[in-house]
Amino acid sequence: MLELIDICFTRDHKKILDHVSLQLEKEKFYAITGPNGSGKSTLAKIIMGIERPDSGRILLDGVDITEKTIDERARLGFGFAFQQPVCFKGITVYDLLKIATGKEIDKKEACSILSKVGLCALDYIDREVNNSLSGGELKRTEIATVLAREPKLAIFDEPEAGIDLWSFRSLNRVFQQLGRSNSGITLVISHQERILNIADTIILMEEGHITKMDTRENMVSCIFQEVKCCSGGEMNG
Amino acid sequence: MDKVEKNLLNEVLNHDSIEQADAYNIRANGHLQKRKENPYIHIRSKKDGTGIDIEVLPDTLFGIIDIPVIITESGLTDIVYNDFYIGKNANVTIVAGCGIHNHAEKQSQHNGIHRFFLEENAKVRYIERHYAEGKGEGKKVLNPTTEISMKKGSYLMMDTIQLKGVDESIRITKANVEDGATLVINEKILTNNHQTATTDFQVTLGGGNASCHVVSRSVAKDDSYQEFSSNIIGKDLCYGHVECDAIIQENGRVKAIPEIDAQSVDANLIHEATIGKIAGSQLMKLMSLGLSEKEAENAIITGFLK
Repeated sequence: MLELIDICFTRDHKKILDHVSLQLEKEKFYAITGPNGSGKSTLAKIIMGIERPDSGRILLDGVDITEKTIDERARLGFGFAFQQPVCFKGITVYDLLKIATGKEIDKKEACSILSKVGLCALDYIDREVNNSLSGGELKRTEIATVLAREPKLAIFDEPEAGIDLWSFRSLNRVFQQLGRSNSGITLVISHQERILNIADTIILMEEGHITKMDTRENMVSCIFQEVKCCSGGEMNG
Repeated sequence: MDKVEKNLLNEVLNHDSIEQADAYNIRANGHLQKRKENPYIHIRSKKDGTGIDIEVLPDTLFGIIDIPVIITESGLTDIVYNDFYIGKNANVTIVAGCGIHNHAEKQSQHNGIHRFFLEENAKVRYIERHYAEGKGEGKKVLNPTTEISMKKGSYLMMDTIQLKGVDESIRITKANVEDGATLVINEKILTNNHQTATTDFQVTLGGGNASCHVVSRSVAKDDSYQEFSSNIIGKDLCYGHVECDAIIQENGRVKAIPEIDAQSVDANLIHEATIGKIAGSQLMKLMSLGLSEKEAENAIITGFLK
C-alpha cells in the first residue's frame, strides 16, 4: 500500500497541494481527474520523487520513502510515464527498452514489449527517440518503457495528452488490459471518460485538494453530471 | 608488434585483425611497418618519402582499406601526406586515423594530411578515428587535415571520431562538391581535463544538385574547450545542412561559428547549432527507469556520441 500523509507543496506563493492525504491499495486501478491546475500532475511527481513536498510523508508498505530519490523509487518498483515524452539524441527505442528492463534483452523481447502498446515493433526498434516519431508513437514508446519494468506502482500522467483520437483508441486498449491484469497499483491522470470507465476508484482533485474519491460507479455519473451542468457538456480539460 | 602497439591499432581500427582488410598500410613512428595490396587497390610510397598514394581502380567494389598510424615514441612529430585516388564507380571503405601512446615528458604529434580525389560515381565510406593514451606529462597532439574533391555523382560519407586522450587537435576539412555529388560528415568529439579541439569545415557546393550534410556532436567536460566553425558556400542549385550539437559539463566550453554563403539564388543552406548542458528532463526520465544520476549522464552521452 502507498500512503500519502498531509502533503503540502507551495510554489510562487500558490498552494498547489494543500494537506493532501491518500491511500492507494494494491491490485487497484486509480484515475485522478480534475480541472487544470488542481495539482494532479504535481501529486504524481511527488509520488515518483520528481518533486519534493514541502511537508508531509510518503509511506510504502509502512516504510517512509519521502526522502528517496527518483532512481531509488524506480528500484522500489515505481514507474512513471511523463505527460510530455522526453526526446533523446542517439538513444533508440531499443536502447530505452534495454535501460527500462535493466538487462540486455534481445530484439525479440523488445518487440514483444512494443507490441503491447500497439507499435509494429520492427518499424520502430532502431528509431531514435526524438521528434521524428509522431506524438502518438512517442507516447506509446513512453508507456512501453513503463510497462517493460513491470512496476509495482505505475503512474501515467495524462496518457491522452497530445495524441490524436485514433492513437488514443489503441492506447485505451492498453489501459483496459492493464486494468484486467493489474497486480500492483495503477494510477492514471486523465480527463477521458474512457479511461475513467476502466478505473476501480476515481479521485477528483480541485484547487490542491482531493474533493471526492469513490468507486467508478459512484463517481463517473456524478463527475460528468456536474461538468455538464457547469459547461454545457464539455468536461474541463 | 608489441602489446601497446596492438592496442593502439585496435583503438584506431575498431576491429581485431588488420588482415581482414583487402589492403592496408601501417605507419609506426614515422616509418612503414607493414603493407598489403591487391590487384585493384595499389598503395605506393611517395618518391619524396612524405607519405603514400592509394589508388583504387575503377569499378572496384566493396574494398576495405586500413591506413592506421601509431606513435609510441615520446617527442616525435610525424607529418604524413596521403593521397587517395578513387576510380570511377568504385565503392570502398577506408579506415584511417592515429593512435598515440605517450608515457614520457615530450610532446608527441601527428599531422595527417589526407587528400581524396573521387572520380564520377565513386563511393567512399571514410572512417577516421583518433585516440591517445599514456600517463606521461608529454602532450598528445593530433592535427588531421582532409581535402576532398568530388566529381559528378560521387558520394563520400566521413565519420570522424575523437573520444579519448587527445590533448590538442586542429581538424580541418575542405571539400569541393561537383554536380550531383553528396558529402556526408559525422563528427564525434569528447574532450575532458584541459584538452582543446578545434574543427573547421569549408565546403564549396560547386555543381548543380550537389549536397552536403555535416553533423557535429561533441561533449566538452571539465576545463576543456572546443571550437567549431563551418563555412558552406553554395554556388549553384544545391543543398547544404550543418548541425552542431554540443553538451557542456562542469567548466567545459564550446564555441560554434556558423557561416553559410549562398552565391546562387537556387542555393538552399541551413545551419543549426545547439550548445547546453544535459536536459534535466532526460536525466529524470532515465532515473525513473532505475539509473542513478551518473549512470543516466553516461547513457545520454554514450547515445549522443554513438
